[in-house]
Amino acid sequence: MRVTFTVNGRPQEADDVWEGESLLYVLRERLGLPGSKNACEQGECGSCTVRLDGVPVCSCLVAAGQAEGRDVVTVEGLADHARRRSRGDSAGTPLDEAKGWRAEGGTDSRAGAGTGLAPVQQAFIDAGAVQCGFCTPGLLVASDDLLERNPNPSDADIREALSGNLCRCTGYEKIMDAVRLAAARRSEGV
Amino acid sequence: MPSPQLGSARAGGAPTGAPTKITQGAGTKGGIGESTLRPDGTLKVTGEFAYSSDMWHEDMLWGQILRSTVAHAEIVSIDTSEALALPGVYAVMTYDDLPTEVKHYGLEIRDTPVLAHGKVRHHGEPVAIVAADHPETARRAAARIKVEYRELPVITDEESALAPDAVLVHEHRDDHHVGHVAHPNIVHRQPIVRGDAAAAAGRAEVIVTGEYTFGMQDQAFLGPESGLAVPEEDGGVHLYIATQWLHSDLRQIAPVLGLPERKVRMTLSGVGGAFGGREDLSMQIHACLLALRTGKPVKIVYNRFESFFGHVHRHPAKLHYEHGATRDGRLTHVRCRIVLDGGAYASASPAVVGNAASLGIGPYVVDDVDIEALALYTNNPPCGAMRGFGAVQACFAYEAQMDKLAKELGMDPVEFRQLNAMEQGTVMPTGQPVDSPAPVAELLRRVKAMPLPPERQWESSEGADVRQLPGGLSNTTHGEGVVRGIGYAVGIKNVGFSEGFDDYSTARVRMEVIAGEPVATVHTAMAEVGQGGVTVHAQIARTELGVAQVTIHPADTQVGSAGSTSASRQTYVTGGAVKNACERVRAQVLEIGRRKFGSRHPAWATAELLLENGKVVTDGGEVLADLVDVLEGEAVEVAEEWRHRPTEAFDLRTGQGNGHVQYSFAAHRAVVEVDTELGLVKVVELACAQDVGKALNPLSVVGQIQGGTAQGLGIAVMEEIIVDPRTAKVRNPSFTDYLIPTILDTPTIPVDVLELADVHAPYGLRGVGEAPTLSSTPAVLAAIRNATGLELNRTPVRPEHLTGTA
Repeated sequence: MRVTFTVNGRPQEADDVWEGESLLYVLRERLGLPGSKNACEQGECGSCTVRLDGVPVCSCLVAAGQAEGRDVVTVEGLADHARRRSRGDSAGTPLDEAKGWRAEGGTDSRAGAGTGLAPVQQAFIDAGAVQCGFCTPGLLVASDDLLERNPNPSDADIREALSGNLCRCTGYEKIMDAVRLAAARRSEGV
Repeated sequence: MPSPQLGSARAGGAPTGAPTKITQGAGTKGGIGESTLRPDGTLKVTGEFAYSSDMWHEDMLWGQILRSTVAHAEIVSIDTSEALALPGVYAVMTYDDLPTEVKHYGLEIRDTPVLAHGKVRHHGEPVAIVAADHPETARRAAARIKVEYRELPVITDEESALAPDAVLVHEHRDDHHVGHVAHPNIVHRQPIVRGDAAAAAGRAEVIVTGEYTFGMQDQAFLGPESGLAVPEEDGGVHLYIATQWLHSDLRQIAPVLGLPERKVRMTLSGVGGAFGGREDLSMQIHACLLALRTGKPVKIVYNRFESFFGHVHRHPAKLHYEHGATRDGRLTHVRCRIVLDGGAYASASPAVVGNAASLGIGPYVVDDVDIEALALYTNNPPCGAMRGFGAVQACFAYEAQMDKLAKELGMDPVEFRQLNAMEQGTVMPTGQPVDSPAPVAELLRRVKAMPLPPERQWESSEGADVRQLPGGLSNTTHGEGVVRGIGYAVGIKNVGFSEGFDDYSTARVRMEVIAGEPVATVHTAMAEVGQGGVTVHAQIARTELGVAQVTIHPADTQVGSAGSTSASRQTYVTGGAVKNACERVRAQVLEIGRRKFGSRHPAWATAELLLENGKVVTDGGEVLADLVDVLEGEAVEVAEEWRHRPTEAFDLRTGQGNGHVQYSFAAHRAVVEVDTELGLVKVVELACAQDVGKALNPLSVVGQIQGGTAQGLGIAVMEEIIVDPRTAKVRNPSFTDYLIPTILDTPTIPVDVLELADVHAPYGLRGVGEAPTLSSTPAVLAAIRNATGLELNRTPVRPEHLTGTA
């Protein structure tokens, strides 16, 4: 079958899709968007989290056909999504563009460049929330969604919102730091 | 953002040693000791980082493995005709299709069949492989392969393994351990005898004994086993793979394919965690076989179900301990027996046995010990490397014993441990003196000194926040029946490969001027699995060469072996190799400088020269030349192997020998709250103090400690692969049924990092990754015992163990 939907603001079309294929498979193997991850493919780990019409879902549990005509945001589109949100939000300013979210003390040539990242992406780098990074795309989409709904989450709020995303490397402490950092930078900026 | 606490021991405190002092490159930004950020960070947050499961190739096929549905059986027949007949299927291969006489692989003992031959020895053993043009086609084809099994009795524990009429898991053993084991179903046995434990037991005024059970843990790395094999024009193959050790894989793969190693090119792809589970081969040979058979690129990606069968697990264990002490609290002796279940194939079992035995009494001074550790062959899932590697199981048991003894003696458990704590100069049960700082008592002091979380931490102005209580959002209590407990534990782990292994690493470092700037390139075969080795290599190069720009070359087999990313060894060994190669490059650069500019300034001949911020400077800080002018168009390159101090094998009868390179230590304090009515546990805080020798990257060091701590929490209260004792089949191969800690299960993990230099190690550093996984588990168990008064001799603890309904 053919599936037509919008991914990260662009119309996409996938042909010869078998009815049993998941949205995750189509994104990764047919559309060249492998950022959403395949850690469990049974809806337990959250590493394939994308926004489907704005709602965070495990894309491994969504049949590709269910995405027909709908709007998907993946980790690859998170920076654009954040920029669009900033522009469309009358209460806010496009902080990420204005401030550039430069890494403090970051000296590596490839990390911390700061351009083109969503605030939450930069915060994950700066806080040391990325180790192997396999859980990171799902956690970023979930964290960005949390901060969109709740700009100043308590620690308990963060833990509740991210409880569907497994991480095996970090012990979650630096992920907590990253979400707190993204929230703090946002409130400093406003 | 909270920054990690770094400290050295207090003046007058027990531990000896001092922080490392850096002169060369100390003024260069982004060098060692700074929390520089990961070079792969941006790619990982944008989704562009290419993991092994993200590989794609025009015209590629998908591989699928058919695995045994029973644990122990003779294979009567295999019929692949229906699978081959399915449109879209390009190849189906069984044992009979293997191209050479080499049909087995293994880390130490080549006992693992590439595809089962005549017999399967565990549930989920690979029997046949398929390549097809769509993963679903490959799955359906595999399902059409008909395998007829004749089931055999299963060996599942020590009793069934060592029974007089026991079926042998491997009928024709010819490995180097078979000569010294009492039964062919024992992989390896290591006794350690020092002093006279029997006589010392006579002097003991208090003796405690315990039988402990340790469950089978899964590494549960998130990136599934996966890779892409691409056939090449010269008849070879290029494998893009997630592994912990490229060259170990290569040595096992090439002979099975019948190819010289130079025709099997391996490039490390993005690795989604490892924790020991990628030391053994998984789909590597299968993908290469299918690629060479079909002439097309073949990708294999396990799903989570298959991943539970696709790698070895942490050995479950039965441990028997006897500890004695005098009334004033001095340990007299320890006798222990540790039985590890190695499952159907050897994997890393022999080395795990060596660790369990040699580290079996923990970081304590005991002159009279009698230790025995062994690993069994059974029909349970194969077990091998996982973070902590034999030391984890022992630590769970000896720390429970230490608490038991303290209670018998009426002593504070921390003071009792401190009284018996080893220190620099202590002799291990193996006879090996500990010749670098061993701040065991100090780590306990530090972790105990940390502020405690407030009582009734779940209470807020709006009442009880159920998210902070046992049971969480299940809303099972608002504080009724909830009791707090506090527990402590400390552990000892070896760093590096032990027992005489030639544990070297190789680094190629190049320095040249690119676009008007001096640039260093570091090329190693080190597997970056998330630990941050790539970050640290760049830091070392900046410090040693005084440059800002460092390029980390992708890891592949075009450079010599880096050894394994395991045993907490990479920063020590490959870090050491990078440091060594940089020093050689620096000497050559200075030689070029002397040749070109030596006549212009006497300091070129007389002063100690350093490279700082792209310049040659004297140790007094005077600038002699720009590196750009020294190098001009010249490139300086050094590729060299580097070794740490050699180690020795343990004597097979007495266990004596200088078997380990270095020891590392961590201590934990756990605070738990237990709903005693429902048996639900909330770990409220898990504080850790660890000596890291030198924190090359403090942010990464703390990340390692917190991650290791969380894995220890998992084995304490939730993680266990359940194997049916009647069938030896795995009952819970999914994240639905095998639970790992979520962010709600994991507490705050405050970390206190101590930096006491080990003069034998590069920069004085001490391997970091594993020690925190040891003491985390027994600390949580101790806290639950403290809260409930229960004995709790097994891990993980489940609700039924707390409510008496087990």
